[in-house]
Amino acid sequence: MSALTSLTDRAQGTDAGGAPGAVAPQAAGTASRRGRGGGPRGPRRPLWLTALYTAGVLGIIAVFLIPLYWLFSSAVKPQDQIYVWPLQWIPTELTIENFTEAWNTAPFDRFFLNSIITTVGGTVLEIGVAILCAYAFAFVDFRYKKVLFALIIASMMLPGHVTLIVNYITVANLGWLNTYQGLILPGIASAFAMFLLFQQMRMIDRDIMQAAEIDGAGHLRRMLTIAVPLSAPMILTASLIVMAGKWNEYVWPLIVTSTTDMRTLPIGLLFLRTQEGYSNWGSIMAGTVFVSLPMLVLFFLAQKRIIGGLAAGAVK
Amino acid sequence: MTTTARVTDAAPPRPEAAPHPGDPADTPAAASAARPVVRRPRSPQRKARDRRNALLFLALIAPNLVAILVFSYYPALYNIVLSFMDWDFVAPSPEWVGAENYLDLFSDPRFQTVLLNTVIFTLVSVVGSIIGGILLGSLLATKVPLTGFAQTVAFAPHMLPGAAVGTLWLFMFDPNYGLSRWLFSLVGAASPDWTTTSDWSLWAITIAYAWQRLGFVTVICYTAILDLPRDVYEAAALDGAHGWALMRHITLPLLSPITFFLSITGVISAAQAFDIISIMTGGGPGTSSSTLSWMVYETAFMKFDIGKASAAATVLLVILLVLTFVQVRFGEKKVNYSS
Repeated sequence: MSALTSLTDRAQGTDAGGAPGAVAPQAAGTASRRGRGGGPRGPRRPLWLTALYTAGVLGIIAVFLIPLYWLFSSAVKPQDQIYVWPLQWIPTELTIENFTEAWNTAPFDRFFLNSIITTVGGTVLEIGVAILCAYAFAFVDFRYKKVLFALIIASMMLPGHVTLIVNYITVANLGWLNTYQGLILPGIASAFAMFLLFQQMRMIDRDIMQAAEIDGAGHLRRMLTIAVPLSAPMILTASLIVMAGKWNEYVWPLIVTSTTDMRTLPIGLLFLRTQEGYSNWGSIMAGTVFVSLPMLVLFFLAQKRIIGGLAAGAVK
Repeated sequence: MTTTARVTDAAPPRPEAAPHPGDPADTPAAASAARPVVRRPRSPQRKARDRRNALLFLALIAPNLVAILVFSYYPALYNIVLSFMDWDFVAPSPEWVGAENYLDLFSDPRFQTVLLNTVIFTLVSVVGSIIGGILLGSLLATKVPLTGFAQTVAFAPHMLPGAAVGTLWLFMFDPNYGLSRWLFSLVGAASPDWTTTSDWSLWAITIAYAWQRLGFVTVICYTAILDLPRDVYEAAALDGAHGWALMRHITLPLLSPITFFLSITGVISAAQAFDIISIMTGGGPGTSSSTLSWMVYETAFMKFDIGKASAAATVLLVILLVLTFVQVRFGEKKVNYSS
């Protein structure tokens, strides 16, 4: 059993670029033999070229890091260091005033609560739905499987703005406007996460499934005791990706909620900006930090997994 | 040990599965599951088992399928019906007006601006992020110092809510106290009023959106480049191919499945980029930064002209379907699948 687990891990690593162990040696190998522009091998790359590449990489870092630095540094700067020219790059004094100001201007406690409820609720439901569906496609026979699979995957092509108006009408008719079910339920349909889980489940060793079937384990038991545990790393990856999508959701919560106490964080940010105008960037940046920080923490904790999962969806 | 080999064999990326995830039953794994242990003529038992399996299958996919039908396919279709109606959300029922909404749309000069804005926004962000992504991805693949860190910071914006990215760029574009003033002051110029003048507003949202998208595309390209077969590069290097020649004749053709995927998903996500526009400009000034997705929202939920909004959404859907079809039809031929 443990051998098999490590095996699926390995498979996932090579596949999704998820496991560091599986990717690092290959990456190093690719790099050292690539030597683009230099000799055929890395070590023979001339020093000036390495310097040029490094300068390029520093450029990439600058393009992406400076705006992020600007966000966080402005959030902790006192007013007089924001509204100043020349710009004050490094604050000489740190303050949490902007955060308290933002928290008092808009009901961020409610926004956090609503965002957590919709994100957690939505993710649990979507992943649950995706697991059932992926298991069916991987292990249960059915004549029209191909058509149904195509139907589900093709739904990814329908942009949210085309379905927006009718979904609003549907939710209104159900009496779900400005409720959590109205926020959550229209988003639980799963195509991308289902696809990732299906890819993972179909690699599970057939012999194990058959042995369990001979032992009398029904589909439900095989799903819960074999398919789900063996796909656990991919389930986690898919959950993280789905979770980020729900946390960042904007247009649906904007139209489906109508009172401030039902708004989620991204809409709260619009609210804060409207309240503060352009005269209090410190507080607005502090609000932006409230909205962004959870996603950044999630990303730094599970970077390999998230990138691996998204890349797996793309590369396959 | 033999099983390890089998799993690794199955591991190489299957590019053909991205745009067309194929059919599950064609995969070796699924095929072996579908094959019964002992082949028998269709017995009553077999029939009963097939029926049980079918019921089980439908029960398992039901929650997902129902959600997709109710919240994706039905609205996409009913939206088309609504586009021939006149309604304001308040009147007891929509009223049939035929093609009036479409005539209304296409004779409206503002709609032409919106279409043009959508094309510019989509084209610049998709093409720009793919070209930039391949260049930056190749740069990261050189594995010089700091590439790991660069990958992390490049991808981070993709994880942020569009609302946060929009707010951040709104501040960066502030002509008095934003980074824009600093950047322009380096060349002795004054920063434009990015978000409040119609000459610049479209570029403001395009830059902010492309910035968020670029890191994602870069990391996907980087991952794909690391996955490219090494022997091809070794052979090419032995033949004396360098720099641009390697890029032109090896990397770009081998990356074509990824570029193909990124162009399709790029167009779809640019078409619904909304949060950045909503936060930064609200489509304004005037219609200078309105795209179709903004127009659908504005017409439906601020002006309550449901018919016209549905017509605009239908136009968006048709454009996307045509674009996807063209990309698949003409892009597919040029796509090179390595394995």
